[in-house]
Amino acid sequence: MNAHSATLRSKEEIMEKLMKPEVITGSEMLLRSLVLEGAECVFGYPGGAVLFIYDAMHGFSDFNHLLTRHEQGAIHAADGYARASGKVGVCIATSGPGATNLVTGIATAYMDSVPLVVITGNVATSFIGTDAFQEADITGITMPITKHSYLVRKVEDLPRIIHEAFHIANTGRKGPVLVDIPKDVSAQTALFQPVKEVNIRGYNPTVHPNKLQVEKMLKAITEAERPVILAGGGVVYSGGHEELLEFVTKSDIPITTTLLGLGAYPSGNELWMGMPGMHGTYTANTAIQSADLLINIGARFDDRVTMKLQGFAPKAKIVHIDIDPAEIGKNVPTDIPIVGDIKTVLQLANKDVKRADHADAWRKQVQAWKQEQPLRYVDSNEELKPQWVIEMIHEATKGEAIVTTDVGQHQMWAAQYYKFNQPRSWITSGGLGTMGFGFPSAIGAQMACPDRVVVSINGDGGMQMCAQELAICAINNIPVKVAIINNQVLGMVRQWQEIIYDNRYSHIDLAGSPDFVKLAEAYGVKGFRATNKEEANAAWEEALKHPGPAVVEFVVRKGENVYPMVTQGNTIDSMILGDAE
Amino acid sequence: MKKHTIAVLVNNQPGVLQRVSGLFGRRGFNIESITVGTSEEPGLSRMVIVTTGDDHTLEQVTKQLYKLIDVIKVVDLSANPMVGRELALIKVNAEPTARPEILGVVDTFRAAVVDIGTSTLMVQVVGDTEKIDAMVELLKPYGIRELSRTGVTAMMRGNAK
Repeated sequence: MNAHSATLRSKEEIMEKLMKPEVITGSEMLLRSLVLEGAECVFGYPGGAVLFIYDAMHGFSDFNHLLTRHEQGAIHAADGYARASGKVGVCIATSGPGATNLVTGIATAYMDSVPLVVITGNVATSFIGTDAFQEADITGITMPITKHSYLVRKVEDLPRIIHEAFHIANTGRKGPVLVDIPKDVSAQTALFQPVKEVNIRGYNPTVHPNKLQVEKMLKAITEAERPVILAGGGVVYSGGHEELLEFVTKSDIPITTTLLGLGAYPSGNELWMGMPGMHGTYTANTAIQSADLLINIGARFDDRVTMKLQGFAPKAKIVHIDIDPAEIGKNVPTDIPIVGDIKTVLQLANKDVKRADHADAWRKQVQAWKQEQPLRYVDSNEELKPQWVIEMIHEATKGEAIVTTDVGQHQMWAAQYYKFNQPRSWITSGGLGTMGFGFPSAIGAQMACPDRVVVSINGDGGMQMCAQELAICAINNIPVKVAIINNQVLGMVRQWQEIIYDNRYSHIDLAGSPDFVKLAEAYGVKGFRATNKEEANAAWEEALKHPGPAVVEFVVRKGENVYPMVTQGNTIDSMILGDAE
Repeated sequence: MKKHTIAVLVNNQPGVLQRVSGLFGRRGFNIESITVGTSEEPGLSRMVIVTTGDDHTLEQVTKQLYKLIDVIKVVDLSANPMVGRELALIKVNAEPTARPEILGVVDTFRAAVVDIGTSTLMVQVVGDTEKIDAMVELLKPYGIRELSRTGVTAMMRGNAK
């Protein structure tokens, strides 16, 4: 796919060269350190304060550098790379505006616990604090949205800081770490010695759970009559999906997976109830509200899952397993707290977990709900329905694609109608809800997984927030398949204005958007348009067959709403179920 | 709403005060006072923070503080017998005729006069928050020109726990 990868030198050659202590510049230290941490693809955008770094990258081929067209594209791509691969995503930007353009992407990664190392340049140390050209206090600006940050003051510290940054980003509750490097530091020289150990006194995440607490959970399972498992992104991030499958199979407990947990458990399995929350399934929401035991595995009881907190899972004993102790009891009072790495906790639990034997009637009830109240929409042969488009994409990719989305209605439809069977195949901005994320994150995912089909599902609104990255798809032949679900409106806002604001539609009309086919072609990307099922099938097939990137615009019905829907201030069992045929 | 006094041992790094105070601000935790200084260990500083909130808030404060990489240890001092002290400097109007009366108050509080101006006295008082509040109340009638309090620093008693 990418011609660069062939020119990369063998791992051993690189390591041998890099481990040698040598007097080099801060910029060279940075590059060496990144390679030693396993960076294979870095997304970035040069500028004044990082020119020494980019100078050191001249002719450098030990990792790929992808020049995006906006820093925001770079960080979302790094995010997609991290989510698809499980490795740390890396991006580089210059000081001032370069750094501030990363802010949305940093917050996105922070909210969804995605490991990133974000490198920014800054003005030289002697200029810091003088309102120098392109100076911004980026460590200060990003303090609330980074797991940790460093301002490198001495070139000697750089190897240690980079090593710590990767360690912090990718252990415990993962998250973005920012390393701000003043220009003079990147130019100074010092003896480079690779750092192998980390010794951070204030940082020691709990991996192994308290066994007594795990035993309490296992006992609660054997006593429960209406148990429910709520699994979240933590399962995916810890690599605990196989352990989760074993746990669910052994305990025979119905499971719902949150937006970020989609793919953590195979959606085809009988015990899976779909997604819970604001646009969750009838079965998942009703089951949570009826449960006498709710086992939260790696989810954070986000308000889009719980909706009205008072009255959430009112009858349930709550078990909460999380790597981050601060999540336990933050929103929902917890009866059995278990702090630890999800995979490790489940491995321990799987040794002794017994089937929930008192829950036979419950399992039947759950299946009955699934039969009676499946996800549904009214299909049409005259116009394209967005839900149908997602189902079509699912079928055409056999459910095996990596799907990234933007934010809004198409995101919820993708979550509902694309059925995931494996982890790290679903990339979406859940916590921050970042429009503009969908497309560039797909580029990162494709760089991480060159052999997989990567589909980016976007709305006509969000697509225009980072469309410029079509350029790097075309130039580097990154074969992302972009679906634009075009309803000519900011659909989710329209839905809220219809239901909550009494049909007062205010500033949501996207008519006059560019011709997306021509837009794609302007960048040198293949473009297709479909307005009915026949065209949709044909266009999508063509797009998948095409060896390079492709954009397919699906012109869909404007007034379609996402159902079920729980409006704010209500508990999750008061759902608007939507239209029946 | 209870008052809690917590001690936070932190790396003495640039920006660490901003990390801690920023955390309180963005999570909606209240800071009544905050003091920082070096600790018994080189490279580490101890912050003493007085905050108000219920037990749930205190638990969240503690857990969120621990998430900061530069935070080494968090201790809820007020959960145990502790000594809490602050220092106040009070510049009070003191024409020569009023001085004997003010000195009487100062003596009673075991405070000290640390500066004398032509029409003012500067009083230094050390004690727990209540004592300083009381001192301030007693000096108010004379006219307080300026008041500066350090905030509470505190420590668990030697035989606690």
